[in-house]
Amino acid sequence: MAELTLHQTIFALVTSLVAFLFVLELVRRRRLREEYSWLWLLTAGAMVVLVVWYRLLIVITHVVGAVTPLNTLLVCAVLFLFAIAVHYSVIISRLATQVKNLAQELALLSSRVEEREG
Amino acid sequence: MKPLILVPAFNEAARVGRVVAGVRAAVPDATILVVDDGSSDGTTEVARAAGARVVRLPFNLGAGVAAQTGYKLAVREGYDCVVQLDADGQHEPADIAALLDVIARGEADVVIGSRFLGGAGYRSGLLRRTGMGLFRWLAWLLTGVWFSDVTSGFRALGGDVVRFVATEWYPADYADADVLITLCRAGFRLREVPVRMYPRTGGLSMHAGLRPVYYVFKMLLSVALAPLRREPAHRKGI
Repeated sequence: MAELTLHQTIFALVTSLVAFLFVLELVRRRRLREEYSWLWLLTAGAMVVLVVWYRLLIVITHVVGAVTPLNTLLVCAVLFLFAIAVHYSVIISRLATQVKNLAQELALLSSRVEEREG
Repeated sequence: MKPLILVPAFNEAARVGRVVAGVRAAVPDATILVVDDGSSDGTTEVARAAGARVVRLPFNLGAGVAAQTGYKLAVREGYDCVVQLDADGQHEPADIAALLDVIARGEADVVIGSRFLGGAGYRSGLLRRTGMGLFRWLAWLLTGVWFSDVTSGFRALGGDVVRFVATEWYPADYADADVLITLCRAGFRLREVPVRMYPRTGGLSMHAGLRPVYYVFKMLLSVALAPLRREPAHRKGI
């Protein structure tokens, strides 16, 4: 429950900053679309905040009734992974519908073109 | 009436030609549309040679999506009725007239060709009978109607229904029983008429191997979810 040591703080801070900058760089290079990046940026940002303001994590641990801050982090990680998996399922469902409609349009249009050209 | 005869086909080159010829003989002045669901065996060429119009999907998307492609074409080209039958030759083209008749008289919006109604008498295996019994019961629970054949792919749809199933309300992933339930809940009048049904002449049934297990699972899921979905905005005349 104690404060983080300097050693731990530096390691955690560097890790979460690298994660944040990595996502930002992907968006900047247009490898990752903004609309899919916010969940990742939010997570990386939350990691930075919790390292810098470790008392907050301890307070949250007390509030949710977890035993150690590590438990709180693990629960958060699992919830985050769940959220991102559901997020992807929603996106995939939408894409599947769009692909279906495009394939149908393509089939209908090419049949019209073929019929016109004889 | 201007009916479109719709035949969704996936790898049915060996049988679709005979089906198209049979339909042409039974209803000479109707347009026959074969939707080729991304077949790799020349289904398109065979169907075209037999005299059908063909729309070919660029890849395999499933029977429900193939059928919906036909509904979309029907809406755009102003057909006021669609009769759909399987490409494997199990349905009798001569029965199309009986289905069309009910639509033409305005007695129902959806007509389903049932192989179990009346003296049609089609025998199927115990496992399949059990599965269909379950779906019948579920469909009854959700719609209050006893369907004798919930998995029939032989049906006629009136104009309003065709416009409805060309939209995203159509459960393209889970055809068959789910379609019946969706249409019932949308307020359409359904009616069954007896049709003949022939055993398959070779080729693989859609329900072979482990597929039936997955099919039953999908069906149960979609049937269970059907009442939870938002109600379609349809009532007559969209």
